[in-house]
Amino acid sequence: MSASVELENVCADFGSFRAVDNVSVTINAGEFFSFLGPSGCGKTTILRMVSGFISPSQGVIRIGGEDMRNSRPNQRPTALIFQNLALFPLMPIWENIAFGLEVRGVDKKKRRERAEELLRLVDLPDAADKAVSQLSGGQKQRVAIARALAVEPAVMLLDEPLSALDLKLRQHMRAELRAIQKRTNVTFIYITHDQGEALAMSDKVAVMSHGKLQQVASPREIYDRPANGFVASFVGENNVLTGTITGESGGSASFETALGTFAARLGPGAGKESKLYLRPEHLRLTAEPTAANRIPVEVTDVAFEGNFISIHTRDATGKALVSEARNDGRSQIPERGARLFAEFDADQAVILADGTPARKGEPA
Amino acid sequence: MSDMIRRYGFTLTSTFCLLTAFWLLVLVILPNLYLFENSFRPYLPVVDIGGPKDVYTLKNYLTFFDSPIHISVFIWTVVYSSIVTFICFVIAYPLAYYLSKVAHPRSLPTLFLILTIPLWVSEIMRSFAWFIILSLKGPLNILLIDASVIEKPIRWMTGFRSVLIGLVYTYVLFMLFPIFNAIQSLDTNQIEAAEDLGSPWWRTHWRVILPHSKPGIASGSVMVFMLSAGSILVPTLLASTSSRWFTEIIQQWMFESNDWNTGSAYAFLLLILCTLFVTAVMRTFRVKLSDIAR
Repeated sequence: MSASVELENVCADFGSFRAVDNVSVTINAGEFFSFLGPSGCGKTTILRMVSGFISPSQGVIRIGGEDMRNSRPNQRPTALIFQNLALFPLMPIWENIAFGLEVRGVDKKKRRERAEELLRLVDLPDAADKAVSQLSGGQKQRVAIARALAVEPAVMLLDEPLSALDLKLRQHMRAELRAIQKRTNVTFIYITHDQGEALAMSDKVAVMSHGKLQQVASPREIYDRPANGFVASFVGENNVLTGTITGESGGSASFETALGTFAARLGPGAGKESKLYLRPEHLRLTAEPTAANRIPVEVTDVAFEGNFISIHTRDATGKALVSEARNDGRSQIPERGARLFAEFDADQAVILADGTPARKGEPA
Repeated sequence: MSDMIRRYGFTLTSTFCLLTAFWLLVLVILPNLYLFENSFRPYLPVVDIGGPKDVYTLKNYLTFFDSPIHISVFIWTVVYSSIVTFICFVIAYPLAYYLSKVAHPRSLPTLFLILTIPLWVSEIMRSFAWFIILSLKGPLNILLIDASVIEKPIRWMTGFRSVLIGLVYTYVLFMLFPIFNAIQSLDTNQIEAAEDLGSPWWRTHWRVILPHSKPGIASGSVMVFMLSAGSILVPTLLASTSSRWFTEIIQQWMFESNDWNTGSAYAFLLLILCTLFVTAVMRTFRVKLSDIAR
């Protein structure tokens, strides 16, 4: 069973601070949906409103079409996985998992069977009688998932559940979570500030900033067709050039900057306060340019990252531009001080309205 | 030790140690040892002390077991101390939960101030205050009659009623603070997780919050029980003819019969038997001593 979740003009106010500002979004049943944004953007508040721990100041939340206004968290068809997992340390693993069933009056033998079944599902068949403290971080993670699945929720809510794990485990758990979601077909609402997680796992991503939705789209669209400057610079890297639009024709325009005039795609809402966004992997460095969009640059630094090479350059005005190239193990890496051209294709650069820049280190 | 000397210097370190040693030895160990030794010696006229009749004996302890009245007083003391402990728990647990998880942290200092203000007044004054409040024509009865809750004044100070009220009032905070500490250390997410999994409030308390606060409840209970069983002021002031507290018997041995030997034996019996009782209760509830010290 899974259910859709609808948010309609939802606001959350804490005193005079508006944490969530007029958010309307529909999450389809069975979808893996992520809210992505910097800390303090209101994504956790949304999750707590869906689970019922906070009431919206305005607006309606519907789960499976049903208005949740008067439902307490223990009456909603949701299960929340907390950032710190919040397992019950005084209960053995199987009782943790079966707690939701115990609440529902399932008898002990059935609870135990169901717990063991779920433990097999999350690949921890021998953990039933262990204590929470005996498990590793990744194992605890799986127990938390099993505990949430035990109540057969229509909607699973996950609050950055992977943030405490190390990189390798995190990547493994990503695939695992995705697989569990596909297997159970439960609606997953996933909260994260990690764009890699959001893009890799989700069917749909909502990018948030300052309590507002910036864009709701598929991961590919978020990355390739950002709706505004905030999305473009928060999801992935970008070189940003300031300037003015000088001529428009169809979907493209020419954009005049201090470094010259370039042809680029015209993004949604581009107007007076627009900037040119250019992904590092779309900026090619070459001695013999072929594209019309070209900037003479000097290489200032080369960072070898393994699977790709990041080359930092500076143009004539001192503006830093970053170019990224896949490491194919054959091509030559330019040396520091080399004078080259940075070129890019018009359809890979986009003019976007200036979004609020991602503020780092804001309080949640 | 060498670490302390390095940090505080020789003079300060030795002062600390000497003061602590003085307190432990002269004010705690020696008086108790003196009483302990005395409890094994017979009560003799002054001329016989140190004479041939002054031999170690268990007679003082056996006096207790030969006296059904004293045994019954002891049992009632334990029973009523347990009741006091239970009432304190019933009052303190919800209050501790409210203070640690519901009340706004900003209002905590004010709330704690209100709770602790009574401690600024000495125990004897507070017991006297209850003596006045509970008297037959006292303010409590007048209030209740005026509010039409009762028709005739209630004789509060009969049986153990007033002792219970006095002891609960005096020692309830000793229950509150350990439970408050215990519940405060519980991750609020666990309460929310239980609720999110569909748990009604009472089950969340029963399965998550109570088990977590067990060490706090245990240490609060041990304190309240031991303090109540060993209390002398409250029973002396608030007890009636029909309620005797074991400490009153010890006091009678010592100050009315002037028999310090039997009095000491009774005091140690109170200590030993209460410790046994507490240990037994802790076993029943599966609380370890190390839990309490946490």
